[in-house]
Amino acid sequence: MEFILAILIGIFYASGLYMMLRRSLVKLIIGLILIGNGANLLIFLLGRITKGLPPIIPGESPVFLKAYADPIPQALILTAIVISFGLQSFAIVLVKRAYSVVKTDDLDQMNSTDQFS
Amino acid sequence: MIQHIVLYPILIQVFIAILLLFCWSRVHWQKVISVVGSFLSLGIAIILFITTWNEGTLTVQAGGWDAPFGISFVSDTFAATLILLTAISGLAVSVFSVGTILPARLKFGYLPIFHFLLLGLNGAFLTGDIFNLYVWFEVIIISSFVLITIGGEKAQLEGALKYFTLNIFASMIFLTAVAVLYGITGSLNMADLSIKVAAIENRGLVEVSAVLFLIGFGIKSALFPLYFWLPASYHTPPPAVSAIFGGLLTKVGVYAIIRVFTLIFVGDVFLENIILTLAGFTLVSGALGALVQNNIVKIFSYLIICHIGYMILGLGLVSELAIAGAVFYLIHDIIVKTNLFMVSGLIYRIKGTFSMRDLGGLYAKYPLLSLLMAIPFFSLVGIPPLSGFWPKLALITESFKMSNYWLIAAVLFATFITFYLIAKIWSEVFWKEGKVLPKLYNFRYFDKLKLEKKVQIVAPIIFLAFVSLFIGFGAEYIQQLALRVANELTNNQHYVQSVLGKQMIAN
Repeated sequence: MEFILAILIGIFYASGLYMMLRRSLVKLIIGLILIGNGANLLIFLLGRITKGLPPIIPGESPVFLKAYADPIPQALILTAIVISFGLQSFAIVLVKRAYSVVKTDDLDQMNSTDQFS
Repeated sequence: MIQHIVLYPILIQVFIAILLLFCWSRVHWQKVISVVGSFLSLGIAIILFITTWNEGTLTVQAGGWDAPFGISFVSDTFAATLILLTAISGLAVSVFSVGTILPARLKFGYLPIFHFLLLGLNGAFLTGDIFNLYVWFEVIIISSFVLITIGGEKAQLEGALKYFTLNIFASMIFLTAVAVLYGITGSLNMADLSIKVAAIENRGLVEVSAVLFLIGFGIKSALFPLYFWLPASYHTPPPAVSAIFGGLLTKVGVYAIIRVFTLIFVGDVFLENIILTLAGFTLVSGALGALVQNNIVKIFSYLIICHIGYMILGLGLVSELAIAGAVFYLIHDIIVKTNLFMVSGLIYRIKGTFSMRDLGGLYAKYPLLSLLMAIPFFSLVGIPPLSGFWPKLALITESFKMSNYWLIAAVLFATFITFYLIAKIWSEVFWKEGKVLPKLYNFRYFDKLKLEKKVQIVAPIIFLAFVSLFIGFGAEYIQQLALRVANELTNNQHYVQSVLGKQMIAN
């Protein structure tokens, strides 16, 4: 499981970077979304994957008896997902607005703020 | 409970921002609430600073959960100083925004978002939890996206796209770094991490995580190969927005770098060399970039990059005196950069252009205002009694001690270019004979404004100029403050103890 996830995360990061380096605005956003998902999966993987052992202390014992699944990475991922959801919706609106004002979706054409004036 | 004062700078900004949201369409009320709220928050920041100065590091555990499990909020001298500086520039920019931002922008929620931005900054300075730091960074960047795009002009949207993409990318790298760090230590509390990271044997993974942090924060603070979003976007929004961005947004990245590399990743020669190299290149490339520009706001944008180099340099040299120099420079830079962008706003109000070729004759027309604007300009260079001089002195002395001669060369080069640029701006904008420019349609020139508006534009510049003068002439006090901060940063057991409590260390 860990091995497959590790490969998957690598693919997410690599394809995300590739998409970000394209000239199209839409591909840029898809790239950002892919990298974000890769980061979330990475947190999930690095929190150690433990199957079927919820972090609940049995009634009579004061401490955990067995190994347990770490709940923190899940809380972190949830937070990160909510944040990236907000950012992505903003990104899509911004790109749509930029497209209608600048009238191109080619990043190479959007260079007026870099030029000397 | 004296400790709870740590949370007040955060709470007051939430309170102001929510109050402002309730007055959505009543722009006049918003202006009053924003300015009064900024005064209150300055008061709270001063109280927090004095308490921290007298009592030492203050800690609050959110929700009463003990240190490595819950989220801690820590106010050591460094954090308290930055909260104070944020409150000072926040107040100045709030008044300046009230005077210069167009009513159309104010109606679309400029002021509430501005206070959400200050909320994020205060949170980022006070938090003692690395994931919580990520969340505060997101609060900061989401508010800054809205501020940079509000108004929706063509240049703004283009600049915003670049700003937006690289800042989100930086956050993703930061998140990746947090993930790796959590994977190897199983902790998120920075004080706890400080102990656990030191004990880890697999130094390779620690270094991977450290370099990811450096890249993530490096993009946010505009370090050498990662800064290209900054000059492409900072000149596009209105000057009030540029002022708060230039003064504080890149500095929060620097704060995070200094915090992470003095608390968590300590004593790694490889990293220190990387940081020093980046600092040298940042100084040189920022200065060279500024040299060829004609737009004064773009010159200031490149100077932000150039001067980030000084602070990172101080961190890379590691010694206590060098870090004190970096902290002193940070204090001076926040005030001066905020003021410079407000000055550029005032120049735009007077002449209707940012281009050095068209500007001119300000000194003949407004001698007193020019004198006022000279203060931030010459503080920036660091003509001796003014504020930029003292930290550079400390940095150069320390580089000499380490016999890093090429770093001294970089520092002197950057200082010299800054001096040349300020002299150029002074002669082009102030001394050169003014051209007759075509009158802009529907533009309210400075001399046609009502007295109230003029005061709102000039008063914050005077205020920050006085703060700059105080930093320059009261350098003794600021140096004491910087030395104390550097002492706390280099001896980080103190921070760790106050967060975790004494028993935790013994175990």
